[in-house]
Amino acid sequence: MSQNIALNSVTPATTTNPNGPPAVRCVNLTKEFGRGDTRITAVNQVTCDVNPGEMTLLIGPSGCGKTTLISIIAGLLNPTSGEVSVFGQSLDQLRGSRLVQFRARNIGFVFQQYNLMPTLNAAENAAVPLLIAGEYRRRAVAAAEQVLESVGLAERSKSLPSQLSGGQQQRVAIARALIHQPRILVCDEPTAALDTQSGRNVMELLARVAIDPRRAVIVVTHDARVYQFGQRVISMSDGRIESIVNHPENVKGHQ
Amino acid sequence: MNWVAWRMLVGDTTKYFGLVFGISFATLLMTQQISIFVGIMKRTASQVLDVRDAPIWIMDAKTRFIDEAPAIPDTDLMRVRSVPQVAWAVKLYKGQVTARLESGDFRAVILFGLDDSTLVGAPSEMLAGSLSDLNQPDAVIIDKAGYEYMWPDQPLQLGREFELNDRRARLVGVCKASAPFTTLPVLYSRFSTVRGFVPRQRNLMNFILAQPREENNAQATCSAITDQTGLAAYTRNEFFWKTVGYFLSTTGIPVNFGITIGLGFLVGAAVTAQTFYLFTIENLKQFGALKAMGVTNSRILLMVGLQALLVGFVGYGIGIGLTAGFFEVTKNITHLAGLYLQPLAAIGVGIAVIVIILLSAIVASIKVLVLEPAVVFRGG
Repeated sequence: MSQNIALNSVTPATTTNPNGPPAVRCVNLTKEFGRGDTRITAVNQVTCDVNPGEMTLLIGPSGCGKTTLISIIAGLLNPTSGEVSVFGQSLDQLRGSRLVQFRARNIGFVFQQYNLMPTLNAAENAAVPLLIAGEYRRRAVAAAEQVLESVGLAERSKSLPSQLSGGQQQRVAIARALIHQPRILVCDEPTAALDTQSGRNVMELLARVAIDPRRAVIVVTHDARVYQFGQRVISMSDGRIESIVNHPENVKGHQ
Repeated sequence: MNWVAWRMLVGDTTKYFGLVFGISFATLLMTQQISIFVGIMKRTASQVLDVRDAPIWIMDAKTRFIDEAPAIPDTDLMRVRSVPQVAWAVKLYKGQVTARLESGDFRAVILFGLDDSTLVGAPSEMLAGSLSDLNQPDAVIIDKAGYEYMWPDQPLQLGREFELNDRRARLVGVCKASAPFTTLPVLYSRFSTVRGFVPRQRNLMNFILAQPREENNAQATCSAITDQTGLAAYTRNEFFWKTVGYFLSTTGIPVNFGITIGLGFLVGAAVTAQTFYLFTIENLKQFGALKAMGVTNSRILLMVGLQALLVGFVGYGIGIGLTAGFFEVTKNITHLAGLYLQPLAAIGVGIAVIVIILLSAIVASIKVLVLEPAVVFRGG
């Protein structure tokens, strides 16, 4: 899949961020599933950085390990070996409830199937991370309505997910991912279930989010239509990083 | 997050009502059947509990239950009275005879013969007439349910005459008495009058009612009576449970009710547990997303537990309400007298419902707790 992209420049597997330390640093990450003959190495000796203020696309064929990699970066999976740190915090040092708290504070999630609660309306769905953090419901919902306004869904804040289009649901999911102002936004195939225009709208929204230099956006995608939105494209194959490509013109374009 | 758990639960009304219905149904079935069972068992010995003025029952040593007591000689009354711990003792007859009505119809009736001078064992509440009217010739008092059974749809009317053993009996009062096991009328008369109502036999008295000299020493007095006379002596409660125990061990009632109650529990548990389990499983993705977003396992456990308790509370409340409604509607039906919502049944079923719902919550929670939050990244 990576060969279909017009790549501007190819860099070594590890790059350094001229603006400061990376948002995410992965060093020799390996993740294996199963044992003995059934052992599968999903991520194999991956070393890479994700910079703040950028949208990093993680691309590659199915089964290449990109979902496993973002699961490790998001603190949802423990690596078999190697290290991952997020804004200087080694996830290896966090266990149990500390890791859960770290995730709740620092990571925002956007899922392929949105994963909105069908019985909560848009504002209530977007308010969930604040509720997890212990915020009062009214305040959380009020904050969610403001975030929904920023993603262009102010008038649909009372709608249930079933009353929204796919693109609108994904924007609610983005609002939910942003409401607690996480430092890392992890998006898994955010446009896979959307038509071209909706996918484009969602990616433009994510690109605006990624401008914030205190935040990094990582997008796992198969969708060649969205490659243009990434400042960096990390291409994976068979659990390894094949290439890391910078798109400096995109940085310029979105600024 | 409790609010989110609540919205997850009630947001899908079909599933929510399915859960509530399962628990309500189980509650209704179990509470109603247990209450009827307990009510019927109480009815087997209700006449023992109705005697409030003598705490000790004395009878032939081989007596197994209240309806089976053989007659004992009058001399036994003297022997009991001679026991030092006994303050007083009086005779009592309880048996079954046939009453022939003016219309020619006949009814089997339970007949009590009370001590002529003290009327110990008489009903405590009169609805018409007076206890002292029993001093009139051939006088009998009947319980209200019995009156309705013998003279259905007719107003209470004293002075009615009917025959017992070809002898005239005259109704002088209507009383309130606990319903017996069988729905037979209960008649009270003086012992001397009863002699004429019952076919002639060598001995008539089959119970002696006694009062211990020391108020709170009924148990010891019973032992003393048994030791000194060879007769069986029981406190009111002991005789009640002896009679109930007889019916429990020799009839199919407990088995039949046990099966119904057990099935109610099993069906209710299966419906509830399965529906709640499926409800939780269908929400696995939501729980997975919550876990990914930073909800701890203990919090998830609380959410599932809260959902279980909410469903249990509402379902149980509706079930108990329906049971209470059933007994409210049937309370004036004569042959269902004495059957009511037993508080202990309500408490017991409440505990059973909590067990059912918590077990389903635990089983369902295991799936949620072992769920890898990374599962949310799998599409589809």
